[in-house]
Amino acid sequence: MANKSLASRKQTVIAIFLVVGLIFLIRLFYIQVIDESYTLSANNNVLRYVTQYPARGLIYDRNGKLLVYNEAVYDLMVIPMQVKEVDTTEFCKLLEITREGFIERMEKAKKYSKYKPSLFEKQISKETYGYIEEKMYRFPGFFVQPRTLRYYPKPIGAHLFGYVGEVTQGIIDKNPYYKSGDYIGISGIEKSYEDVLRGIKGMKIKMVDVHNREVGSFQNGRFDSAAIMGRDLYLSIDGDLQEYGEKLMQGKMGSVVAIEPSSGEILAFLSSPSYDPNLLVGRVRGKNFKLLDDDPVKPLLNRAMMGTYPPGSTFKMVNDLVGLQEGTLTLSTRYTCQGKSSSPIRCTHTHQSPLNVEVAIQQSCNPFHWQVFRAIINNSAKGSIRENYVTWRNHIMSLGFGHKLGTDLQYELSGNIPSAEKYDAIYGKGHWNSMTIRSLSIGQGEILVTPLQLANSAAVMANRGFYIVPHVISSIGEKGKKSDKFQKVVSTIDPAHFEIAVEGMRQVATLGTARWYQIEGITMCGKTGTAENPHGDDHSLFMAFAPADNPKIAIAVIIENAGFGSKWALPIASLMIEKYLTGTVKRLDVEEDMLNVKLYQ
Amino acid sequence: MRERKNVFNNIDWTLIILYLVLVLLGWVNIYAAVYNEEHKSIFDISQSYGKQMIWIASSLFLGLVILLTDARFFSTFAYIIYGLTIFSLVVVLAVGSEISGSKSWFQIGSFGLQPAEFAKFATNLALARFFSTQHINIKELKTRLIPLFLMGLPALLILLQNDTGSALVYGSFILVLYRMGLSGNFLLAGALVVVIALSTLMVGTVYVMILLVIFAIVLFFFMKRIKRNIINLVALLILGIGFTYSVEYAVENFLGDHQKTRINVLLGKELDLRGAGYNVNQSKIAIGSGGLVGKGFLNGTQTKYNFVPEQSTDFIFCTVGEEWGFLGTFVVISLFLALLIRIIMLAEKQRSDFSRVYGYGVAAILFFHFLINIGMTIGLVPVIGIPLPFFSYGGSSLWAFTILLFIFIKQDTNRNALL
Repeated sequence: MANKSLASRKQTVIAIFLVVGLIFLIRLFYIQVIDESYTLSANNNVLRYVTQYPARGLIYDRNGKLLVYNEAVYDLMVIPMQVKEVDTTEFCKLLEITREGFIERMEKAKKYSKYKPSLFEKQISKETYGYIEEKMYRFPGFFVQPRTLRYYPKPIGAHLFGYVGEVTQGIIDKNPYYKSGDYIGISGIEKSYEDVLRGIKGMKIKMVDVHNREVGSFQNGRFDSAAIMGRDLYLSIDGDLQEYGEKLMQGKMGSVVAIEPSSGEILAFLSSPSYDPNLLVGRVRGKNFKLLDDDPVKPLLNRAMMGTYPPGSTFKMVNDLVGLQEGTLTLSTRYTCQGKSSSPIRCTHTHQSPLNVEVAIQQSCNPFHWQVFRAIINNSAKGSIRENYVTWRNHIMSLGFGHKLGTDLQYELSGNIPSAEKYDAIYGKGHWNSMTIRSLSIGQGEILVTPLQLANSAAVMANRGFYIVPHVISSIGEKGKKSDKFQKVVSTIDPAHFEIAVEGMRQVATLGTARWYQIEGITMCGKTGTAENPHGDDHSLFMAFAPADNPKIAIAVIIENAGFGSKWALPIASLMIEKYLTGTVKRLDVEEDMLNVKLYQ
Repeated sequence: MRERKNVFNNIDWTLIILYLVLVLLGWVNIYAAVYNEEHKSIFDISQSYGKQMIWIASSLFLGLVILLTDARFFSTFAYIIYGLTIFSLVVVLAVGSEISGSKSWFQIGSFGLQPAEFAKFATNLALARFFSTQHINIKELKTRLIPLFLMGLPALLILLQNDTGSALVYGSFILVLYRMGLSGNFLLAGALVVVIALSTLMVGTVYVMILLVIFAIVLFFFMKRIKRNIINLVALLILGIGFTYSVEYAVENFLGDHQKTRINVLLGKELDLRGAGYNVNQSKIAIGSGGLVGKGFLNGTQTKYNFVPEQSTDFIFCTVGEEWGFLGTFVVISLFLALLIRIIMLAEKQRSDFSRVYGYGVAAILFFHFLINIGMTIGLVPVIGIPLPFFSYGGSSLWAFTILLFIFIKQDTNRNALL
């Protein structure tokens, strides 16, 4: 039988079976035991790491009034790896994006990572989200992540609060806490208190099925961590005063800063022109930022700390204080004034002559203060002109000028009290004297101050010789626990001398340039200033504190190119003091004159 | 000589046990693959696993009926059974329902039957019957053409149903023909055809042609026996080059787009993990993530959350791989090999040609399913939708495989009786 030899063919057949079986086993051993990448892929399939974004801390004013809170929005995320054929037309319609926009976003996401979620469309409103949510199951690979955005119930405090934006690659590289898509405070309080406000991110690991539906948490949430909301901030700002100030400053270019002298707490902090902080939130931020940035009146500029101005006459009693301290000026010192024919600096006012320091402050007499300055600098009994200038400068700087105050807001400028070296460089060493730099005596020349510094100097006057570093924070987390990290800075001037300067300022408000804007029942001490501005019309300045004996508020108002200090800055400061101290404004005629005036083009 | 009536004394219990183990493992894995939290009971007949239980029970009944039937019934009625099956294949083309692209179902209420599944054992019966007739000489053209016709007819009809996978199964009978004396060169040629076809698609026609020419030249210079047959060599070379060209032509012109992409994905020419490659990729992820010992019963995330398609039918092996790891796949593959080898060993012991040919046919069909099904889940074979015998969910296939196997078990009980 031929079958005999054919029977041996069973071995071939069995061998084929065994070879195939062996190939299978080798392959299985390889993909199951040796190659780990499949395990990873399986996890990537089902595990979705969802970052839990904490809401930022809320921001309250000194009276517990809510100034900044959060609103829920939704970020649409995409995991490119899991995206299957999508009805692009419908998807784009849902999101109101173009087809090109869709492709571009997908490319960007793929470039970042195929497996990790990246942002597809940010900050979808609650309404749109509700609409999309029902259809999510048809778009595997996409999911939404709840976020919060800032919301400001009143359109005030733009420069104070600053704004929040997405982290840049630079920030991510520097600080590992931040991941792509995180938000961070970019300016203002949001930046200063970022660590407090941001909270702690959490992570949820969820399991999803092939249709992108969540089917539960991974291992019952054993590896999940909850997001911890940021801590609330209680500001020293008085929301009502801030709002009132912004109303008064509408149409004017400049700044108002008010400080509680005893604590250094900033009560109002505003820069004008301003903008509604809600404009720099969410999806409209980029567009609005550009608009604001291109605006020639620079609404984004924080003039309160970054605007520097010659202080003009508001600087006069500061100069006097140095004279009093150095002994070159006493209460009985009298200088003559020839009015308009005075030399080298004319007087712009008509008053008695000779006059003493109190009257000179009250009348804002230029020749008197020039002579005070000359006496300090030329005091050869004390030292050389240069040495005396250095002494003068040190005194001035101890009053909070010419350097950053160290406030808790970002981007403070230091202003300018020129150093002796600077004058050496300009004029040559030994080639300058009191005459050369005489403008300093009336707050002109190279001197530049910020509105914050000017308000702080009003606080120094109110405190008769010291200031607490001005700040906007009152307490963190809960109301009442005051921060003590802001130090008291004592000036180099004896407190007794301040009484003389303060008396002059009191007379300004009762007898001098400010007498038309007295507040019923409150004694205000102040000083107007009309600063010559090499770039245009004079700036209108006023600095003051009130009440005279137990000061509750120190204030500085600077209005650019508005002319006399008594015309614009003074009434606005006066109204704000009234508002703060009495709660209401009775001088409606004054208020009416200030509101609805546009002083710039 | 054993008592003829007591069929159970002659049964090959090894086969029965292997069968039962495979069927039960299949059932458990179907349960895990489509596990439904709301229907936790494996006996819940509203779920696939509950239904599979019914299919298993009915299969066991069918098996019992076959064991109690006279063994000669199958050889006597082989052609009639074959004819009836062919008839049903024709009928289903006319009145069948279409499910997932294949018009291959008789829908009776909520249950569907696929005649294509039953055509396998029927064809096997017909082949066995043909080879058991006297005066068979495989060298004769007629003896080669008749089996080809018997295999080709159902394959063609099934192809018309648009069920390419099941049609390809009939190619597995080449193993039977080999055992019956077909030259081994055919097996070799078959393997070569596959290799040339695959490499043509993989590296391109030109390179394969160059390789063939180089190969021919090497053969010509280094093998004396071939030098004498230079004409044959040149003829073969021309044939090879022609084949190479026609493969490309056929793929470009006759294959549908989805078949083309399937082939391209398998060859690694396309990395389309969303489309055609998705199934294989997810299937590999499922099996690959099982590790050495698996994720544990009901803990397979890939299958449970539907990342793997058809996870209870064609891709049931994924559940084994994911939940039981390499140990699980090792056991299942060993069980199949044991079953196949056991069938071959028994077939070789048969005294009747009918039983032996039938046995080889059973092994060939089972092997083909084993090769294609497991091969595709681990990315070694293109995705061809055919079930894993005894494992995959489905009544028709389980019934058909049970009948296929039990007819052989029955024949085997008779091998002594026929002496």
